[in-house]
Amino acid sequence: MLIPCPHCGPRDSREFTYGGDATLQRPDPDGADDKAWCDYIYARANPMGPHEELWHHAQGCRAWIVVTRDTLTHEITGARPTARWQDPSTDSDKKEAAE
Amino acid sequence: MSSYRLPNGGLVDRSAPLSFTFDGARYSGFEGDTLASALMANGVRLVGRSFKYHRPRGMLSAGPEEPSALVTLRTGARREPNTKATMVPLYDGLVATSQNRWPSLEFDIMAANQLAGPLLSAGFYYKTFMGPTAKAWMAYEHFIRQAAGLGRATHEPDPDRYDKANVHCDVLVVGGGAAGLAAASAAASSGARVIVADENARLGGSLLTEAGRVNGQSAVAFAEQHIAALATEPGVTLMPRTAVYGYYDSNVLGAVEQIADHLPVPPTGLPRQRHWTITAGRVVLATGAIERPIVFPGNDTPGVMLAESARTYVIRYGVRPAARAVLFATHDAAYRVARDAARAGVEMAAIVDPRPAPGEGAKALADEAGIPVMAGHGVMKALGGKALNTVVVAPMDLGTGAVTGPESAIAADGLFVSGGWTPTVHLASQAGGAPVWDGKIAAFVPGAPRQAWTDAGACAGTFALSACLADGARLGALSADTLGFAAKPPPDYAVEDDLTSQSIAFVRKVKPTGRAPKAFVDLQHDVTASDVALAHREGFQSVEHLKRYTTLGMAADQGKTSNVTGLALMAEARRQDISHVGTTRFRPPYTPVSLGALAGFETGHHFYPKRRSPMDLWHRENGGDMTPVGLWDRPRAYLQDGETMTEAYVREAAAVRAGVGLVDVSTLGKIDVQGPDAATFLDRVYANGFAKLPVGKARYGLMLREDGLLFDDGTTWRLSETQYLMTTTTANAGPVMAHLEYHLDIVWPEMRVALASVTDQWAAVAIAGPQAREVLWMAIDDIDFSNDALPFMGVRQGTLDGETVWVARLSFSGELAYEVYIGAHFGLHMWQRLLEAGQPFGIIPYGLEALGTLRIEKGHVAGGELDGRTTADDLGLGRMASTKKAYIGGHMTGRPGLADDRRFQLVGVKALDDQPVRAGSHIVVEAELTEPAESLGHVTAYTYSPAVNAHIGLALVENGRARIGERHFATYPLKGHHVPVELVDPCFFDPDGERMHG
Repeated sequence: MLIPCPHCGPRDSREFTYGGDATLQRPDPDGADDKAWCDYIYARANPMGPHEELWHHAQGCRAWIVVTRDTLTHEITGARPTARWQDPSTDSDKKEAAE
Repeated sequence: MSSYRLPNGGLVDRSAPLSFTFDGARYSGFEGDTLASALMANGVRLVGRSFKYHRPRGMLSAGPEEPSALVTLRTGARREPNTKATMVPLYDGLVATSQNRWPSLEFDIMAANQLAGPLLSAGFYYKTFMGPTAKAWMAYEHFIRQAAGLGRATHEPDPDRYDKANVHCDVLVVGGGAAGLAAASAAASSGARVIVADENARLGGSLLTEAGRVNGQSAVAFAEQHIAALATEPGVTLMPRTAVYGYYDSNVLGAVEQIADHLPVPPTGLPRQRHWTITAGRVVLATGAIERPIVFPGNDTPGVMLAESARTYVIRYGVRPAARAVLFATHDAAYRVARDAARAGVEMAAIVDPRPAPGEGAKALADEAGIPVMAGHGVMKALGGKALNTVVVAPMDLGTGAVTGPESAIAADGLFVSGGWTPTVHLASQAGGAPVWDGKIAAFVPGAPRQAWTDAGACAGTFALSACLADGARLGALSADTLGFAAKPPPDYAVEDDLTSQSIAFVRKVKPTGRAPKAFVDLQHDVTASDVALAHREGFQSVEHLKRYTTLGMAADQGKTSNVTGLALMAEARRQDISHVGTTRFRPPYTPVSLGALAGFETGHHFYPKRRSPMDLWHRENGGDMTPVGLWDRPRAYLQDGETMTEAYVREAAAVRAGVGLVDVSTLGKIDVQGPDAATFLDRVYANGFAKLPVGKARYGLMLREDGLLFDDGTTWRLSETQYLMTTTTANAGPVMAHLEYHLDIVWPEMRVALASVTDQWAAVAIAGPQAREVLWMAIDDIDFSNDALPFMGVRQGTLDGETVWVARLSFSGELAYEVYIGAHFGLHMWQRLLEAGQPFGIIPYGLEALGTLRIEKGHVAGGELDGRTTADDLGLGRMASTKKAYIGGHMTGRPGLADDRRFQLVGVKALDDQPVRAGSHIVVEAELTEPAESLGHVTAYTYSPAVNAHIGLALVENGRARIGERHFATYPLKGHHVPVELVDPCFFDPDGERMHG
């Protein structure tokens, strides 16, 4: 089973560890109430179908990535870098500029 | 050779006789035999006793579906139970024994279970023994388990090696029979990489047992030519003896190659088996079909066998399976069995066919061989006990199963049965929808694929040989083409003797008159037709309930010969079509897989990678008693002549407090944290403040999980404005790193911080004791170790013999102590240099146990207390948590559950009667060891303390701080320990910390 790491290319899933729902937003530590924190820490949806989830390339580039996986078929349809590694001048922009 | 071996024919090498024993008796066979064919050639038909009733059993089949002929192979450490005699290639010196019989196979005392038959129906044991009280079951279970069962595994360690490998291909063909070989040739013609895997020792499948000619050659010659041509194709890998057992996501399949199972002992350097993880572009499932038995009384009598299997014994092994036989079949193709058996000299007494009008081709075959056909008849029962001697037949109505005329008895020692064919849909079901009932062939065929596979040949319900070849070629080519290859047009195949096996749905139990033996559905688990009826009567009518109530299909053969007949009987009982009853879902493995193959080489010290400190070898060579700590080995203590472990660690701990000691702490997790925002980052990561930590200082930090519970602790040193060295506990080094990366990548992507694991880059020691400073003065240049210049928690850089070292004045032991870090390659040098420098001060190396003693005396926490359930406040560290800043876990720290005064809090325990207090003991109030007792908490760590001169420990006790001074008992019922203890302050020694600040 391969996961297409956006930094390393397609790699064996055994190089990765699972990190859960990628759409969660950490509450604002200055304003959020108990419910927001409780939802962030404990409440998880159990969606059927495409799911955006975090995987950690623990035995590769060590980056966390966002993988789209169908929870019914386990098919992985894509993967993208997290915000930290989305530089405004992305690699593809540089390539286009070079060409 | 006995009269059962034919004078010629068969694919056995008569110039290579092999000797073997079964139940101690010596026999001989030929190269190319299986154990089953060799036994049959020697006239041995009784090979085992059944699971529950201890009924005599012989060979039902000649292949992987065998439910009955299970034997124990080999002896000693290689003893292997429940091997199918039909799949064991014969080798010289093979030793096999029968199973589940006592004292002997011929005379088995437990066969008395047959007399108790009505009592032993489905659910009997549970109803009888588990119903009234659980105690009854506990009393009887041992005897029941003793009486039921199959073979017994060895208790010795497996002496053989196992291998694991991965392989990728474009087209994987599972099954090397007619369809599979045709598919492989077609796919290979495109240049695609092709693998053909087959569980049998020899590729060819049914081609090896065909009497007719293919493309003008014998079927065997055709197969051989095909296989030889494939073997020369550069992109083709042929894998005989390789059972594909599981079909997983992303078109990954698991397979086990039997490399040395056909040899007495694996040759030097070769594994016994190799596990293959196969990743395929597309898969052609050419897994064939399994012949279906018919359920009638006595259908398990030795001598009753599947028809095509009887033909296999004749054609492939040159063995006569009976002297006089009856064929009981429901379809035309099975008539070939009668003809070929007759040609081999079996006297075919009759062909019994419940159909009123068999096909013309079938009749012609019977006429050609001069065999009487009893159309519209069924077999009522088979009699003979340990060997079939009589087949009772009667005219019957095909529609109702009712007997319509008088019974007649036929003397026979063989009864060849064929109720049609069941496609081998196991892998297709694992990776696809539920199998679909095809009324035209009266069989379940694969459902819709959920992975990239196609079913070909008999697996798809295509039974005629010509159609299998054409189907395989077409789908092999299509599979390659789908992947972007261009296959060449396949050749035409001309097949002689090409009757189809289209059958009728005849699996029902015929309804005999009078007394009759049991009619079996699942021969391996002794499930009878009456058990299925009982399950129906008691309401277990869904297939999943039927399976679990009767254990139908749950044995090692997973119901290969019994599933469909069981379902048909249930359908009949429910008065529904079998398509409404459906099947249970097939799950891996298709065939039993040895644990050794799954473990591969990851056993013993290869079970996980070993991490070694740079000083590892020194520890081992100097009395270090090594113990695993995560992936590391660490010395518990350095044993001197004649010392016990306790004596050693007490000596070491005392020596540290009296002078100086050195301990290897290289295993601590170390993370380099750099960047302009590093200070802010650490301030968010730790519960206590880090923003104002000055350069050249270290701080002890508490790391929380987001839910407010303690995650890890350690010191972090500020090396420069923008660089920190974080240390973690040995156990949590990996999780902490992932935790920090998570927050940088996802929560605070804007922070300019970079992380690098440097655990392996630094060798580290702690030097502790009143003389520690003096030793460092001697060994390290460029650092002023005076108390003013390097105060408690100070960090300095210096050099040791020219190499850079970092020194931090930290103390886990409560003594004046320092941690010294040096590049890993110089770790051993540093270790030896410090021991040398410390010699005048009596320095000693100390291990984990003394490290534990020193920290327990101080009440410092470690893994036993940081157990994932405790908060900072539980451990008396609540005041460290900041109230002025936001940090991970900060919000949840305030939730009510974490402020409850009934929480378990850290206390010390001191034994009152000079006995050890075992870690894991529970604190109870009862003065006598009683069960059950209410637990107030548990002991997390224990040591004998030379400084306090007492047995002491740490414990987590409910509302513990308020209980200090109370006297209770530490109880450990498993070992009968019950020790009076006093709950005390967790810091036993130097509570004001004068020693470490000195």
